[in-house]
Amino acid sequence: MADGDIPKMDHPLDIPCLKHGAMEGLKPFQAAPEHQEKLGFPGELVPDWKERALEKMAELAEKNRAFQVYLDTCVKCGACTDKCHYFLGTGDPKNMPVARQDLLRSVYRRYFTFAGKYFPQLVGARDLTEEVLAEWYSYYHQCSECRRCSVFCPYGIDTAEITMAAREIMDSIGVGQKYSNEIIGKVKDIGNNLGLNPKALRATLEDLEEDLEDDTGISVRLPLDEQGADILLVTPSADFFAEPHIDGLLGYAKVFHEAGVSWTLSSYASEAANFGLFIGSYENMREIALRIRKAAQDLGVKRIIFGECGHAWRVAYSYLNTLAGPWDFLDPDYPVPQHILEFTWAEIQKGTLTLDKSRNDHIRLTYHDSCNVARASRMGDEPGGQFEIPRNVIRAVCNHYFDMPDETIREATLCCGGGGGLLTDDLMELRQKGASPRMTALQQTTEDHGVTHMAAICAICKTQFSKVMPAFGYEMDSVVSVHQLVSNAIILTGQDTGKDAFEEGTE
Amino acid sequence: MLSVIYALLFWAATAVLVAGLAARIRKYARTPAPLKIPTTPAPTTQGGVVLRMLREVVLFESLFKSNKWIWLFGWTFHMAMWLVLLRHLRYFVVDIPWWLAFVQPFGTYAGFAMLAGLAGLWARRFLVERIRYISSPSDHLMLALLVMIVGSGLMMRFVAHTDIVAVKVFMLGLMRLRIETLPSDPVLLVHLGGVAALMIVFPVSKLLHAPGLFFSPSRNQVDNPREQRHLAPWAAKLEGARDG
Ligand code: HEM
Ligand code: HEM
Ligand code: SF4
Ligand code: SF4
Repeated sequence: MADGDIPKMDHPLDIPCLKHGAMEGLKPFQAAPEHQEKLGFPGELVPDWKERALEKMAELAEKNRAFQVYLDTCVKCGACTDKCHYFLGTGDPKNMPVARQDLLRSVYRRYFTFAGKYFPQLVGARDLTEEVLAEWYSYYHQCSECRRCSVFCPYGIDTAEITMAAREIMDSIGVGQKYSNEIIGKVKDIGNNLGLNPKALRATLEDLEEDLEDDTGISVRLPLDEQGADILLVTPSADFFAEPHIDGLLGYAKVFHEAGVSWTLSSYASEAANFGLFIGSYENMREIALRIRKAAQDLGVKRIIFGECGHAWRVAYSYLNTLAGPWDFLDPDYPVPQHILEFTWAEIQKGTLTLDKSRNDHIRLTYHDSCNVARASRMGDEPGGQFEIPRNVIRAVCNHYFDMPDETIREATLCCGGGGGLLTDDLMELRQKGASPRMTALQQTTEDHGVTHMAAICAICKTQFSKVMPAFGYEMDSVVSVHQLVSNAIILTGQDTGKDAFEEGTE
Repeated sequence: MLSVIYALLFWAATAVLVAGLAARIRKYARTPAPLKIPTTPAPTTQGGVVLRMLREVVLFESLFKSNKWIWLFGWTFHMAMWLVLLRHLRYFVVDIPWWLAFVQPFGTYAGFAMLAGLAGLWARRFLVERIRYISSPSDHLMLALLVMIVGSGLMMRFVAHTDIVAVKVFMLGLMRLRIETLPSDPVLLVHLGGVAALMIVFPVSKLLHAPGLFFSPSRNQVDNPREQRHLAPWAAKLEGARDG
């Protein structure tokens, strides 16, 4: 895509004029039959797809209160129309949350409501046709399930729930998205999104241990499949070799090392992310979550901690107990699961970590609240801990910290543009346009405070930003992991700080 | 004859409203929410949820965060409507308690506030491109219906008075399953016809937002998934063959 296509915004929340059909043609690659079948879906469009789709819709309305209530409740007040970053970035009216819901609601009304059955024109009800299906496929893959619209709707209508239901309906008739479904298949076969097998994983971790020792002179371990460890760390597999994720992983290892706890990764549950969420499939989400239960039981751990990942933390915090609990075999003194930032913050408060903030002085930092951490989870005991704990940790390791404009952070945070199963090259145009509100907010903060870097705690955010930031005038490595900053600042017990042992990759 | 038609109309409308709403509410109540999805930050206690819901119902908190114009018009319209409805209670109770007498003058002027709110909301449906795009004919009709009810009410109050004592007798009669004589002023007939139409469409239209709000999982769930296991009945059935 030419850079000229990226909308130039004066303000991150500038409302564009409607550009009808602007994103109409955009469709991600479709899943191949073998990827579909591995997930329990038909391989390709079934002949009686219309009936099957409507059956599925009725089933979901019976199994999921949110779906049923949200379909009925919208009054078309329009409060959500300017809240979606994809609408702000593309101007396509079908990317307004209520309009996105209506793509499905119009069909629901036609077949399941009195008004839609007898007065379809009056209430905007329409038949389910191939064109409608094509529209669903396109626009339900232009929603990152970020929940920003839900915050601002007077009834809390969450378009993400409708998107998930729509994807589930499409999967059930044989129309799935390649990116998400292929990845779920890999987790089922191998244990992680990247398809990294245990041997390769072990080799990677050993390399990293060596690097750490070269850098610090201290032997810091990255244990794998260690029976009887206290803590099972479940982290997104991107942490094993993508930048800047990997620097975050080193940060976790250093914190565990200094805290003096025994911990381990699992090759069987070597993935925190759970893409079952993206496609709205309870069954697939559950199957993936149960891998974590099995790993915890097999390894005999006492606690489970999750690494930096956004949607993963949603599934972990909000759903893990539901999907794979109860966790009565773990140590009841700790919440299950915990976030690595909860752990690190507790250690900082206890004073077990020696931190030299000045080691991050080359960075002027801001922080991106990841959407699903912000609006679908919590950290700590207080509501809003998901905003404060990351900032507390950042302030403990960084001297120069500045927030982005208020209306673009915390619960009103703007999605990175790549979440919810959209982090695929076939959607690059959408990803760049969808990132522009966030990038505009960042540019403002750079102008006001000279900010050079942005920290994030989500594997998707990190990958997305390192990919799109260059188009907005930033280096790829301007996005950093929070634990990368922790890693920079930490002075390990016995570490010789005379010869400088900085983490590379932040300048 | 007219009285009979209107009596039958109101009985039917009441039946549709009550039965339709009850069926809908039962459906919402019986449909499980399989996962914890409160929009966070969310309250961590049941009491906190009650407060959150109260703020949504009384203050339209989320709408206020979202859009000040829609909030202004919408909130004015709804709050004025409650006052007007309160004032209308006098047609349905024999003795007027002191507080009902007290709200009477406020209720009168609330009619104008309702009209202003409705006008603002309707204007947005024409003037704001985004809202024009999402509006269906039914959205306009709903506003038209309400404007008609409110307009005819105000007409009776300030221009073409009707015999409100007779109206009261008619209404009290309906509640006792008797048909009394309804004054045949056209404005009153329009008013009551509109009200009956509103009652009938309530359970099959977006007016379901009133009960819907209370069942919205993103607003009514407690944020305590780590402390308390949440499991839908249909999901519990999947548990059988686990850990084996
Ligand atoms: C629990 C009670 C209720 C609550 C919390 C509530 C809340 C809301 C909110 C927040 C909106 C969106 C903003 C707006 O457009 O005004 C709205 C719209 C609306 N409400 Fe209610 N409402 C309630 C009861 C009612 C009732 C009983 C009626 C019946 C007349 C009603 C009629 C409407 C209409 C017609 C709209 C759409 C206005 C438009 O077209 O923009 N509401 N309501
Ligand atoms: C069966 C139900 C109803 C009856 C019998 C009824 C009857 C009346 C009457 C007789 C008046 C004239 C008052 C006067 O002259 O002092 C009036 C006024 C009015 N009505 Fe109704 N009405 C009913 C329902 C409603 C509803 C549901 C609404 C709104 C949604 C409404 C809105 C108004 C307004 C705004 C006025 C003018 C202000 C006022 O007098 O309070 N009415 N109504
Ligand atoms: S804010 Fe909520 S009720 Fe209003 S149009 Fe959007 S989804 Fe519908
Ligand atoms: S969930 Fe996020 S991406 Fe989806 S419609 Fe709402 S604001 Fe847009």
